[in-house]
Amino acid sequence: MTRLKLKSTVGQKNGPLSPCCPASKQDLPAWVYGAVTTPAGPVLKVSTGLTGKDYWEHFKCRTTSFRNNYTVNPGLYAVGDPDKNSDVLVSSNYKYSFDILRRELNGLNVWVLVLDTKGINVWCAAGKGTFGTNELIGRIARVRLKEIVDHRRLIVPQLGAPGVSAYKVKQAAGFHVLFGPVLAKDLPAYIAAGHKATESMRKIGFSILDRLVLTPLELSPVMKKFILFTIFVFAVFGLTPSGIIFRDAISGGLPFVLLGFVSVIAGALLTPLLLPVIPFRSFAIKGWLVGLLSVYVSMKLFPMLDQQNILLIIIVYLFFPLVSSYLALLFTGSTTFTGMTGVKKELGISVPLYLGGTAISLIILVIYKLGEWRII
Amino acid sequence: MKYLSNVVSLKIIPELCVGCGTCLEVCPHKVFEMRDGKAAILDRDRCMECGACAGNCAFGAIEVDKGVGCASAIIHSLIYGGEPVCGCEGDSSGNKGCC
Repeated sequence: MTRLKLKSTVGQKNGPLSPCCPASKQDLPAWVYGAVTTPAGPVLKVSTGLTGKDYWEHFKCRTTSFRNNYTVNPGLYAVGDPDKNSDVLVSSNYKYSFDILRRELNGLNVWVLVLDTKGINVWCAAGKGTFGTNELIGRIARVRLKEIVDHRRLIVPQLGAPGVSAYKVKQAAGFHVLFGPVLAKDLPAYIAAGHKATESMRKIGFSILDRLVLTPLELSPVMKKFILFTIFVFAVFGLTPSGIIFRDAISGGLPFVLLGFVSVIAGALLTPLLLPVIPFRSFAIKGWLVGLLSVYVSMKLFPMLDQQNILLIIIVYLFFPLVSSYLALLFTGSTTFTGMTGVKKELGISVPLYLGGTAISLIILVIYKLGEWRII
Repeated sequence: MKYLSNVVSLKIIPELCVGCGTCLEVCPHKVFEMRDGKAAILDRDRCMECGACAGNCAFGAIEVDKGVGCASAIIHSLIYGGEPVCGCEGDSSGNKGCC
């Protein structure tokens, strides 16, 4: 297969989608190394080795919005030298997911059918329905899968099950959906066992490492808002009847900013990490407890943070634990075990408390300032 | 780890269940077990309402209020309308801490 022919394959494959691929040389991804000829045309072969660049991109996915546009083109790919009897694995077109999958397929000869999930991972896309029954049925037809394989079975990741109705795929496309393991690393064992998943392959865990890698994405959007909080605090503490005094802004404001930072860390980092050992099932309560304790301990450990004025002490214990609580509640989106009804219940109780607590804190702050200016 | 107790909307309609066991297979939290040839709920507090079981029950024997257990998504849907869904694309605040 020549370089030129390969390029034209990429062009065909793309269909209407995607950020990629006018036919120029650089646009053939580095992880493609050839093609398999099939009755339905050539299918790109992908390597199972990941490069430093792939890992660097994964790091960026974990920490920045880089992940929002990190895709592969939907369609059929080949790993190894698959033939008409080889298994077909279904995946999403989030490149991170695709990379993890191909990495685990070293030594196997399989087809990978990539659905158009708009760059979202299998699980989230299944919840949304883009990794779903209709997309799967359509994609089977589009890549002409029936001409490529003789069997009629597909291996769909277990976490794709919320989006894929196996019996509907069978009815409409004639393919029997087998739900494979939760994790790609279990695929070789699952296939070797004749498509049998052990009980542990079917369960989602949520280890401390799982939780740790999710925290940067909790923290980074908050830190943007934290800059606004910092400006607000310095302005309020610096404000005097005769203008903004820089010295007052720092001396009064800095402890507050630092305590705010403590509450962010408590809610968005400590609570997720310590999740199983913090009492209560409610995320809002977990976060509030950790926030309260963190603020208290910080003020005892670092005298410069300690507050003397009773009004400011009230604000510190009222407002900051609520910040931690709110951030902890946002972490429900990253967990593997929270359901919608429960989160709605928590929000219904806690949002009024957050708004009320913030309002009261602001009123107390105004009273404090007025007292400072000897108006009341 | 389990979430709040007794909030989950999962329901089995035993009369419709034929005992095929598909729900046991697709559930990632081992919520179901087989009891006397029919699916039964083993531990409802483990359910995260992902809807895999209901969507894969060809007999309509399972009902669940399917959705994402994600506070940002739910707040977003309360403010801007629409279903709470996961995913950041098409979102003005494109980099929320979601999936």
